[in-house]
Amino acid sequence: MIDFKNVSVAYEKKGNDALKNVNIHIDKGEFVFVVGQSGAGKSTFIKLLTKEIDPTKGTVSVDGEDLKKIKHRKVPMYRRKIGCIFQDFRLLPDRNVYENVAFAQRIIEAPKKDIKKKVPKMLALVGLAGYYKKNPGDISGGEQQRVAIARALINRPEILLADEPTGNLDDKNAWEIMELLEDINKRGTTVIVVTHNMNFVNTMKKRIIQLQRGIVIKDQKMNDGDVLEIKEEKEEKKEEETKADESSVDIIQL
Amino acid sequence: MKARSISYNFKQGFQNIFYNKMFSFASVATMVASIFLFGIFYSILVNFEATIKNAESGVAVTVFFDEGISQERINEIGTEISRRPEVSEFNYISPEDAWENFKTQYFEGREELAEGFADDNPLANDASYEIYMNDISMQQTLVAFLESTEGIREVNQSEVAANTLSDLNRLVSAVSLAIVGVLIVIAIFLISNTVAVGINVHKDDIAIMKMIGAKDNFVRAPFIVEGVVIGFVGSAIPLGILYYLYGAIIRYVASKFSFLSNLITFQPVNDVFRILVPVALILGLGIGYLGSRITIHKHLRV
Repeated sequence: MIDFKNVSVAYEKKGNDALKNVNIHIDKGEFVFVVGQSGAGKSTFIKLLTKEIDPTKGTVSVDGEDLKKIKHRKVPMYRRKIGCIFQDFRLLPDRNVYENVAFAQRIIEAPKKDIKKKVPKMLALVGLAGYYKKNPGDISGGEQQRVAIARALINRPEILLADEPTGNLDDKNAWEIMELLEDINKRGTTVIVVTHNMNFVNTMKKRIIQLQRGIVIKDQKMNDGDVLEIKEEKEEKKEEETKADESSVDIIQL
Repeated sequence: MKARSISYNFKQGFQNIFYNKMFSFASVATMVASIFLFGIFYSILVNFEATIKNAESGVAVTVFFDEGISQERINEIGTEISRRPEVSEFNYISPEDAWENFKTQYFEGREELAEGFADDNPLANDASYEIYMNDISMQQTLVAFLESTEGIREVNQSEVAANTLSDLNRLVSAVSLAIVGVLIVIAIFLISNTVAVGINVHKDDIAIMKMIGAKDNFVRAPFIVEGVVIGFVGSAIPLGILYYLYGAIIRYVASKFSFLSNLITFQPVNDVFRILVPVALILGLGIGYLGSRITIHKHLRV
């Protein structure tokens, strides 16, 4: 379904490659975590799939369609295949919960009666029945993310991309969102979650794709007993320095 | 775009105006100020130009004929004059008319002194044409033609008056063109900047819409509705104020400073607004439309 073939992305400003010769295949109906340190290339991975950017080298294809060949005016049609949710929810602040979800239907020019039928159903599915008239600013972060999920799902996308969906949520809400995503996956939608939170990765036992400085260093299904730990580069350096200091102290003591 | 989407985007455009009250108010205020200023200058210039034109129309060239010229030849000269494009009007003054005018001017109150000339018109050879022009800068061309015309003895003209008025007219035209041009540029700059600021506030919303899969036209439509409505209101308000003020000021000046009415040829409000209304509406609606379209374009490349 999703194919990355020898994909490299170079940003002119940064100088180095954000992704280097990445090869990934994701099947329909999979649940995949994309993990890695800051700057590992996770955002670039998402941007390629939403066609915000094109690869410098290689091809990214979805359902056999090379994304680089999609013309600007056809991009909206492609984007309707994928639902997106983000850390900062990205709801339209001037519209209430109902209108935020309905907006995704309006852009595909769905008939009014369909919108009236589907939006309440979708809000009920994400646990927000009765929230129609509330404004995004008046509900909690977890509820806002549920609205975003409802909006992402209402057009029945084939793929759901979640970029740090729990980054702004407390533990309880974060787990509820992850359970909701798992449930959506069980209904047949391919779910790709970019996250820093190793707690989900180690508990949910899904496939993980680990990126480090633009390279895929791990692509495997997490099994019982597997534990993944990712530290930020700064933390790693600090630990190395501490270890070096300790060993030099040991040498002196000897 | 389907009919239901058009009506939705119209509604959304109007809702945006009320949702962003402060921005809408600022945009309308900027437009009102710019177009009002433009309208005031335009009204002043139109009246100034009309006053000069009026002064010009009072300047005439007078031609006298050779002695013993036949009335037939005088008529022929009249026909030739009437064919000249710079001539707006000409009057034939017969020797009798000339003598009557002279008498009135010089023998006023002592008409008996003129009686001595009753049977011998001293101006018998002073029939003339009084020629008025529609463009005073063409006076020298007309004079050259008249001087070379057979049967004309003398051409009288007021070269100084013609030159002064002609120069003044050119100066006023150049200054008014420059002022109106500068004001239009200022109006375009201020209004398009305000529209751009308003759209930039929405750049995140535009990115969200694009990410969900909205087509460019769908994203653009409410902003264009918003821009056009603000443009219309922003040009209609100053036009309304100017229409009311213009009439009121003319009435006030005419009643309180009647001497000015003799100096200035006030133009009827409808004559001024015949040009001002379309220009102001094009400025308002055009900048509202183009400003929002151009500004939004850069946010659509997502």
